[in-house]
Amino acid sequence: MIELTQVSKTFEARGQAVHALLATDLTVPRGKVYGLLGFSGAGKSTLLRLINRLEEPSSGSVRIDGQDLTGLSQGELRRARQKIGMIFQQFNLLSSRSALDNVAFALEVAGVPVDERRRRAREALNAVGLSDKEQAHPAQLSGGQKQRVAIARALSTNPSILLCDEATSALDPHTALSILRLLKQLNRERGMTMVMVTHDIKVASYLCEHAVVLEKGRVVDRIDMLRPQPTSLLGKFFFETAKGWSDETVLPQEDT
Amino acid sequence: MNALMNALVEFGPDLWKATTDTFLMVGVTMLAAVLLGTPLGVLLFVTGADGLYPRRMLNRVASYVVNVLRSFPFIILLVLLIPFSRFVVGTSIGPKAAAVALSFAVIPYFARLVEQNLRDVPRGMIDMAQACGASPMQIIGKVLVAEALPALLGSLTVTATGFIAYSAVAGSVGAGGLGDLAIRYGYYRFETAVMIWCVIIMFVLVQLTQLLGDWLVRKSDKR
Repeated sequence: MIELTQVSKTFEARGQAVHALLATDLTVPRGKVYGLLGFSGAGKSTLLRLINRLEEPSSGSVRIDGQDLTGLSQGELRRARQKIGMIFQQFNLLSSRSALDNVAFALEVAGVPVDERRRRAREALNAVGLSDKEQAHPAQLSGGQKQRVAIARALSTNPSILLCDEATSALDPHTALSILRLLKQLNRERGMTMVMVTHDIKVASYLCEHAVVLEKGRVVDRIDMLRPQPTSLLGKFFFETAKGWSDETVLPQEDT
Repeated sequence: MNALMNALVEFGPDLWKATTDTFLMVGVTMLAAVLLGTPLGVLLFVTGADGLYPRRMLNRVASYVVNVLRSFPFIILLVLLIPFSRFVVGTSIGPKAAAVALSFAVIPYFARLVEQNLRDVPRGMIDMAQACGASPMQIIGKVLVAEALPALLGSLTVTATGFIAYSAVAGSVGAGGLGDLAIRYGYYRFETAVMIWCVIIMFVLVQLTQLLGDWLVRKSDKR
């Protein structure tokens, strides 16, 4: 269970305060998949990164399974983070390590002994269907394979939560779908709670039970994806574009 | 041709001594670059405005010290360091003393290269490591330095070849070494053959260093 209460984030850029996120609430029940939808700069990545405190909230509280992350010391925070997996648009695999050693990285920093981390890294690679690529370096892998390795790395520590930051945006549609299927399978089989940032309504429609639409640092819509009834212009726009682009599609105003 | 051969016979021992002196000076200098320049470079990067742990004052002080050392003309640095060299290696002349001065020159130089190499590691790698719960030291060792290793080896190669030539300047404090021999015999005493030999040997040293460096970079680069 993820509970963000009245979290906000203000950056300082060239002496000016930039409000990336204004007092926002987000509750993701255990085992559910939530999507954070919005355009670039809407604050959806900031909101996601507040969950594992990659961004420090300017105010508000972040609770994971009842534990308040905002009050933790650096050491406690590191241990808490080991229970929250994360994957990225650019995969972020270490170029100097093989696929297996990349997966083992998460276990290594958690202090798991070398034999055990090998075994668990193998299991994780197996779970994403890449047993035959153990020794391959990232440069020898396709985009989809890289993201699978990254997912294996996130799984290796058996987290209950997976954060996905535009995880399929750098992939072609068919590779993206295969990754989304893998994520759906992980959600079903392991009951993993997932939060995914995306600007693609198709991703949210396929995988998410709920979508939270953000615009200029605030939530403008909360949509039940099983019975979608967007109320905001932006929410409606996203569903319009799901049918395909047309000349009639109303573009949401840039400065609403 | 004959003159070259004669010079080799006559000055062989001097050339050998000069070569080993150059080796000593550059070797110590490179050791200082790796052991002291690298941590300083890491400090510059990590405490920088968009580093892992921004520490404004510490970063400013480190940057200031580096810039001051970098802006000294080497000859003046040599002279200024005479008391210090005497304290550390017991002498203010010869290759050992020159190695002290060369180390002072190489540490800030290499530190800046390290800082730049670390800056080139994609920011996402740090995000990833932090999301995995890595500690600052783990991020520095397992992510930043490991990912920048090919670039760091490249920087070390550039530094080594540069300082082989640089060590010649140290001749002005009677440092010994090939550059010193070339100037004393070749230039002041018109023994052109000795000068040519010195240049040839230095060329070979630079060439070998570059080849070794390139090989290490290739071996470490898995991209």
